[in-house]
Amino acid sequence: MDVVWFVVLSAFIFCIGAAGVMTRRNPLVILLCLELMLNGGNLALIAFARMHGNAEGQIFALIVMVVAACEVVVGLGLIVAMYRRKIPIDVDSMSELRG
Amino acid sequence: MSATTYGWLILAFPLAGTIAIAIGFKLWPGRSAGWIASAMIGLSFLAALGALFDMLDHDPEGRAFTSSLFSYAKTAGFDAQMGILVDQLSVFMCLVVSGVSFLIHLYSISYMTSDKGFNRYFAYLNFFVFSMLLLVLAGNFVLLIVGWAFVGAASYLLISFWYRRKTAVQAGIKAFVINVIGDIALVIAAFLLFSKTGALEFQAVFEGAEDVFVKNDGTLIAACLLLLVGASAKSAQLPLHTWLPDAMEGPTPVSSLIHAATMVTAGVYLIARTHILFELAPTASDIAAIVGTATLVFAATVALVMTDLKRAIAYSTISQIGYMILGVSVFAYSAGLFHLMTHAFFKALLFMGAGSIIGAMAGEQSLDKMGGFRKAMPFTFVTFTIGALALAAFPLFSGFFSKDDILGSTITRGGGFIVLAVVGYLAAFVTAIYAFRLVFRVFWGERVPEAAELEDEGKLAHAEPFNPANNEAEDTEVGFPGPEHHIAEREWPMKIAMGTLAFGAVFGGVFGFANLFDPLDKFLEPAFEETAGGAHIPHPSDATEYSGLTIGGVISITGIAIAWFVYIRRAGLSGALVRRFPRVHEFLVNKWYFDELYDAAFVRPLVAAGRFGRTVVESKLVQGGLVGGTSALVREGSAFARSLQTGYLRAYALLVLAGLVGLAGYFLIVSS
Repeated sequence: MDVVWFVVLSAFIFCIGAAGVMTRRNPLVILLCLELMLNGGNLALIAFARMHGNAEGQIFALIVMVVAACEVVVGLGLIVAMYRRKIPIDVDSMSELRG
Repeated sequence: MSATTYGWLILAFPLAGTIAIAIGFKLWPGRSAGWIASAMIGLSFLAALGALFDMLDHDPEGRAFTSSLFSYAKTAGFDAQMGILVDQLSVFMCLVVSGVSFLIHLYSISYMTSDKGFNRYFAYLNFFVFSMLLLVLAGNFVLLIVGWAFVGAASYLLISFWYRRKTAVQAGIKAFVINVIGDIALVIAAFLLFSKTGALEFQAVFEGAEDVFVKNDGTLIAACLLLLVGASAKSAQLPLHTWLPDAMEGPTPVSSLIHAATMVTAGVYLIARTHILFELAPTASDIAAIVGTATLVFAATVALVMTDLKRAIAYSTISQIGYMILGVSVFAYSAGLFHLMTHAFFKALLFMGAGSIIGAMAGEQSLDKMGGFRKAMPFTFVTFTIGALALAAFPLFSGFFSKDDILGSTITRGGGFIVLAVVGYLAAFVTAIYAFRLVFRVFWGERVPEAAELEDEGKLAHAEPFNPANNEAEDTEVGFPGPEHHIAEREWPMKIAMGTLAFGAVFGGVFGFANLFDPLDKFLEPAFEETAGGAHIPHPSDATEYSGLTIGGVISITGIAIAWFVYIRRAGLSGALVRRFPRVHEFLVNKWYFDELYDAAFVRPLVAAGRFGRTVVESKLVQGGLVGGTSALVREGSAFARSLQTGYLRAYALLVLAGLVGLAGYFLIVSS
């Protein structure tokens, strides 16, 4: 199978994730979309690894998964903290950095 | 001791006095500071006498001595010594300066008794005498300039002595600014001479000048004219005279010492000292003669109408210095210096008398409010009249011989100088009138309340002093004669000072008694013997001398008679004259509009420029443009940077994505 299909699929998944990050207001959904983007990237890495016939891309995909797990831990921790402090679960309401 | 040792001693005493009084000015009790100051000047006078006697032991041709303490500044091709030149001219000046200063110090002890600034006053006064002696003893241009500037500073300090008095502070600033114009001219002249002759010592410059310059060399004329500007500023000659009448804001002994007898004659000294240069540049000395003549006429006419006693005498001073400048400019040096000496006597005396009267009037200086003091103040009356007689060149008084000496020498030069001499005689006529105008208006006429009180009750109940210029009450806290101010006559130091000067004013003429007996001329002659550029010192013939004396005597007596007619015989005549010729009177009262002219030409443009600077350059350009522009730029820039921070997570994500896409697009384009 041609590697192009994998890359196109991975691009689609990445774009869906990016669109979700930018349009959704619920932080949980944004985290999910982030996972989509990461996994889109992973797919491309693995597809290219397979094309080249070595393991480097696969190892890199594994590292990305580790990073994704860490990121989910931090993200979920933040969301729980927001919930506890009775802050609305909405990223737009947290705009304290506005100049 | 040698003459130069005496020379250093002349300088050391007043300097020691200044330092001692200035350092301990809170400690000296009572009048002790005044006595110390007077003693120092007295010792200085004795040292000057010592130098004179030492000099008389030497051959007349070899009476110029130089001495140097150390090198003041030394670099390649330039060696300014801390050196003095003791010759006939400087010893003569030292004697006049320290002698008159000593008497005025004595007078001041009494005059300033009730002044809170007594010790400060004597520190300044000693400093002035030191500076003046430094000026006349300086052996090179550097030290001359130092003394010249010191004298200006001392003058400033003493004019503004009552520094809470607004008019006094303004007068001090005016005097200082105009003197600085002269200082700058003198410095540039010294530069010019140094650049051409490569020397700073007087004798070296003069010897070099004869080799370097041809007669009427352009550079030399420029240097001489600059020296003349310096002399004019210091000696209150046209057109730099306006500071002197205002300088009368200082205490009266200061007017007497600095602004009549000594400092203002520094210009005459300067021309006499640099006479070789002026002889090599006859054009410059002719201009100086014309300046002197113009000044003496101008000031004499103004003195005729001044109603302020001290200002009238101040204009008389300007006029008399005009005579001296005329004298030294026609190469009649000993005549000019002779008049300098007699003028120092009688003008200091007139100011002391004026101080005595002003003391009796509680600070009032207007002639309109004076009158009938003849019996109330007999001693002042006699001495003041002697001073006025000498000023009016009454026969056999000192001014009679000295003024004639100048005018006779001017006539002897012949040609256009005869015109100057005639103008000088006309001004001498005016001089006699204004001198006796003062006498008659102060001592004759109706007794004013002050005179009556003094005469009948022998005392004065003074009111609080006030400034006659603007009717403000005086601030007596920092020093001003309080209500208990003493009348001059009663104190013996004043009487001694005035009596001695009156003696000098009467008999000062013996030093130059026509051609019969002129020791001063013979003494000074060798100092000026070395003439340059074919100039020769005019020696009036016996015929010129005696006809001049006759004319001078007639003019003087006529002038006094006219004054008597106008102010005594027909007491209302002067008022009628004023009404008859209001334009002339107006013109003279406004001092030929010199102050107005300078106001329009210099003061107002400068003020306008200052206002332009403040309102436009400062507030618009500096504050608005430079300071405001920078801050506005930072403010606008940061406002833009702030507006980028929306605080929305999605916006940041979009930016990151856009950046990534941009980066990726760039690499794609580059790699393809």
